[in-house]
Amino acid sequence: MLGLLAALVAAASDETRAETPAERGRYLATVGDCVACHTAPGGTPFAGGRAIETPFGPIIAPNLTPDRASGLGAWSDADFLRALRRGLRPDGARLYPACPYVYFSAVRDEDLLAIRAFLATLTPVANPARGAGFGFPFNLRPLMVFWDALYFRPAPFVADPGRSMAWNRGAYLVEGLGHCGACHGAKGALGADPEPGVLGGGRVRGWFAPDLGGDPRAGLGGWSLDDIERYLATGSNGRALAAGPMAEVVENSTARLTMADLRAIALYLKQDAPLSQPAAAPSPVPNGRIGAAIYADACAACHRANGEGVPGLFPRLAGSSAVQSARPDTLITVVLHGGRAAATGAAPTGPAMPALGWRLDDASVAAVLTYIRSAWGNEAAPVSSEAVRRGR
Amino acid sequence: MLTLAEAATLEAIVDRLIPPDELGPGGREAGCALFIDRQLAGPFGRSESLYLLPPFLDGTPEQGLQSPLTPAVRMRAGLAALEAHCRAAFVGRAFAALPPAGQDRLLSEIEDGTRSLAGVNARAWFDLVLQMTMEGFFADPIHGGNRQMAGWRLIGFPGARYDYRDWVERHGAAYTLPPVGIGGRPGWHDAG
Amino acid sequence: MPADALPAADVVIIGFGWSGALIAEALSAAGLGVVVLERGPYRDTASDFPPGFAPDELRYAVRHDLVVPTAQNTITFRNRVGQTALPVRQWGSFLPASGAGGGGVHWNGQTWRFRPSDFVLRSHLANAHGHDVIPSDATIQDWGVSYAELEPFYDRFEYLAGISGRAGNLRGHRQEGGNPFEGPRQRDYPTPPMRMTLAPTRFAEAARALGYHPFPQPSANLSEPYTNSLGVVIGPCSYCGFCERFGCGNYSKASPQTVLMPALRRRPNVALRTGAEVLEIARTPDGRHARGVRYVDADGIERYQRAELVILAAYTFENVRLLLLSGIGQPYDPRDGSGVVGRNYAYQTTASVQLFFDETRFNPFIGAGALGMVVDDLNAEGRDHARLGFIGGAHLAAMQSGGRPIQSRPTRPGTPRWGGAWKHAVARDYLRNVRLGASGSSLSHRGAWLDLDPTYQDRHGRRLLRMTFDFHANDLRMIQHATDRLAEIGRAMGPAEMVVNQRHGPYSVVPYQSTHNVGGAVMGPDPTTSVVNPWLQSWDVANLFVVGASSFPQNPSYNPTGTVAALALHAANAILTRYLPAPGPLVPR
Repeated sequence: MLGLLAALVAAASDETRAETPAERGRYLATVGDCVACHTAPGGTPFAGGRAIETPFGPIIAPNLTPDRASGLGAWSDADFLRALRRGLRPDGARLYPACPYVYFSAVRDEDLLAIRAFLATLTPVANPARGAGFGFPFNLRPLMVFWDALYFRPAPFVADPGRSMAWNRGAYLVEGLGHCGACHGAKGALGADPEPGVLGGGRVRGWFAPDLGGDPRAGLGGWSLDDIERYLATGSNGRALAAGPMAEVVENSTARLTMADLRAIALYLKQDAPLSQPAAAPSPVPNGRIGAAIYADACAACHRANGEGVPGLFPRLAGSSAVQSARPDTLITVVLHGGRAAATGAAPTGPAMPALGWRLDDASVAAVLTYIRSAWGNEAAPVSSEAVRRGR
Repeated sequence: MLTLAEAATLEAIVDRLIPPDELGPGGREAGCALFIDRQLAGPFGRSESLYLLPPFLDGTPEQGLQSPLTPAVRMRAGLAALEAHCRAAFVGRAFAALPPAGQDRLLSEIEDGTRSLAGVNARAWFDLVLQMTMEGFFADPIHGGNRQMAGWRLIGFPGARYDYRDWVERHGAAYTLPPVGIGGRPGWHDAG
Repeated sequence: MPADALPAADVVIIGFGWSGALIAEALSAAGLGVVVLERGPYRDTASDFPPGFAPDELRYAVRHDLVVPTAQNTITFRNRVGQTALPVRQWGSFLPASGAGGGGVHWNGQTWRFRPSDFVLRSHLANAHGHDVIPSDATIQDWGVSYAELEPFYDRFEYLAGISGRAGNLRGHRQEGGNPFEGPRQRDYPTPPMRMTLAPTRFAEAARALGYHPFPQPSANLSEPYTNSLGVVIGPCSYCGFCERFGCGNYSKASPQTVLMPALRRRPNVALRTGAEVLEIARTPDGRHARGVRYVDADGIERYQRAELVILAAYTFENVRLLLLSGIGQPYDPRDGSGVVGRNYAYQTTASVQLFFDETRFNPFIGAGALGMVVDDLNAEGRDHARLGFIGGAHLAAMQSGGRPIQSRPTRPGTPRWGGAWKHAVARDYLRNVRLGASGSSLSHRGAWLDLDPTYQDRHGRRLLRMTFDFHANDLRMIQHATDRLAEIGRAMGPAEMVVNQRHGPYSVVPYQSTHNVGGAVMGPDPTTSVVNPWLQSWDVANLFVVGASSFPQNPSYNPTGTVAALALHAANAILTRYLPAPGPLVPR
């Protein structure tokens, strides 16, 4: 019974009717955002070559096109499943866990093989993977056996019969192919992804992927289902604009999903029990005059004096979960280095925050971020100059 | 860019064009000479973006600038001619050593064309100095002049604020926020 | 050096200002493969003019950072035959743009529709007042397109750009608060007018008391956020005062960047190549068909881009020059009035009035390029031109575009230019002055035209364009009349002192006046007096369209961008609905 439900959940996409496996696979590869890692900047989609930053150094994502020598052309279906489910290459070598096979162990064989069928339709491109740029000892793939022993527990998706089909579909997407926790969960010291179901926020490439739990300030507690759907479908809603790594996720993946799947994801993320514990509100920080002065002079022209922003253009700061995140990494990165919001078909503007690192020193950035985290009813911990210095 | 001697002459000139008084700093304290020096050393001073192909012919005033000489060259030639004039006319004294009233008189004569300087178009040179001094007094401090936003404070210009939505319909109100430059303002660093 | 040929495109567009961007949008939406060649650099809001350094008066307004360097491209100028034209080595009277977005980046945003009679100027004047009111040397003519035909395209542009204003004439019904003299429009502006500062408010009160009909300037600095039909969001103007000559740092001035580029960026069938300077439009041996364009790319390599359709959408000067350099169309000969290319160059005839108050603070630093109140009565129909002694007209305005202090710190008459007395005067007068402007029409006439200079060449060894121009006596009479009326309004505002800056000849390229250079490749129904037909299609080369203010046969008083945009959209529509189904001349020669 549970197996049947799981199958129904996996098939709940409304794009499944009368589709070939390859067509279904194209959609599922979009859910998994495979193209994001497996495409070099300006390169052929899925031909690999992009350097993925990890705590240990860059990993070069391999070529997924059906080229026999450098791609998947010589792989069997079983090879493909083994790689995605167990993290093992055909020659038995272990994959680096930058590829979120931890999540893919939750994905049904039919779905993985559909992706395989889609990849087989691509034009073969010769592009040998250049391997990883890790320093010793992480340049030794056999050591990954040790890593897997510590962290990797293959776990097929189990549907919750007490929940709606849509909720289960959402869980399947979020915890499986969508691998949301790869960014939104806190990574362990050795780069391990967190336990599935824990989406309390995590750091990625200098950004903080926010808490997706029910915290009313830092999480999705204040977001409606519509807010989540609009954000994923267009990259912006009245509350937030997707920027940084999430902008890529929206552009490559979520903006291309069906509304039914986005609703399912929203339902799962907004489940009654918060996925994370609401953080205790920090003691209010007095509105520093310096931070307020910098805000008025350098920020208010776009974000407005009252922090309300302009929908679809300048993110709202008052009440924003990104602003009140436990960790200020995203704020520091955006202020120092700037950032571009997602541009999608429905919301093509793609406005950008200019870099201000040349204009504001560490203490000034810290002061203005501390200000916006405590102004207009916001409550979040102060930001230190030291944290800003590390972000430079 | 300028030599120390040239800079000393220029410092004296900018402080007469914009004299220090009870309203605030003069051109010297506001950094106008430093501004001019930087501008002359950069693309403007080298006429980098200008069409400088020959032939160079004298035209009508309506046809505009036709000189092949860059602002840097014209500035230095004028400063040298002014110094030569002063040393000849004022028993070896430099322009900077003249009393302020004497400096003003000489500059006025150059401005209205009653005093020529050997080897240069003195009026055109004066116009260049005046133009650049005013640029230095009122340009954003990031360019080296308008120190402490002295020029902006003099007239009440709030600088690079970029947002007056709250003030559009406050007709006739005295604007209260201090001026800010591209590089910020003192209030960004202390609670002042 | 042999040109390096590139894969053929359906359409190649020369220039990525408003015209080029609007046509690229329309044609690519229909599925055509479009290559755009832009001579200047790529420009983007956050990286090229963010709020952090956009408000730099020295860099942008004084040193002209967004303007094409004269070292790259300039013109030569003389007032009249008999003089030797000399190169404009340093821009002054006008500031031609360069770079992605073109003049649409650094414009003020004053967005007008021309009146119905403007498009039939010669026949309208002749019918209403008799041929005799038209000076014998004036070469003014009808456009070959009517206001009614352009109305849907004006509307399309205003709704793409989100223009802020108030209708004065909705489908023939007069609307309170708008321009009562405008042609009928199908619907109101997409966003309400901007909020007004004190100076325009006082100007409107004084003008109204004198019997005029003031209304808010239709503005591309948006009064509120707006999402256009492409899904692109344009922000609300913050009245920062850094508009004309500047890029807008907070996405609130309509420009190709803020209105069109986000949509174009997503279309795989549009390619924008910046740093690409077109040398020549290449044609088949019989000269009747354009094959593509030769250009120098950003690396200095000469390229050849083939295309089925060539759209020349550069600035007025470069449109005319590329036609002349490519040998397309018969050059105008002022001696006998024959030929068309370069004929009917016209400008804008401007003047101003400066008011000084003792006490009242006007806070001129608050501003936007199109923030102000306007009076259009002097352009109105039914004026007795025989009695007035001139044709044409002007609109009067109190525009508050920003009191940037290097260039805008007027002092009262008699103030020295420097020294302690100047310092006291500028400290007193800066916050307490108001400038009123008159923008007047410009007749095309036998003594104003564009051709190739016999002497001066650009860095590629190509001849520069030569302008021969002076104000027509009619226009000086017209602007004097308008300036007198403006001074009456100014006086009614109660200043302590007032300076009337009348416009006198001869025309000079030194002081800034206006970048509304028009004509030279004008449109019309008659191939003996126009370069392009009413759809902006070349009379000589059927697969070449020449778009921009170069097509204006003469210049009304109004800012040109609204009409430039409407004509571009009108041409794009003709390409899609008339030309592509049956390629060839849309009007038989």
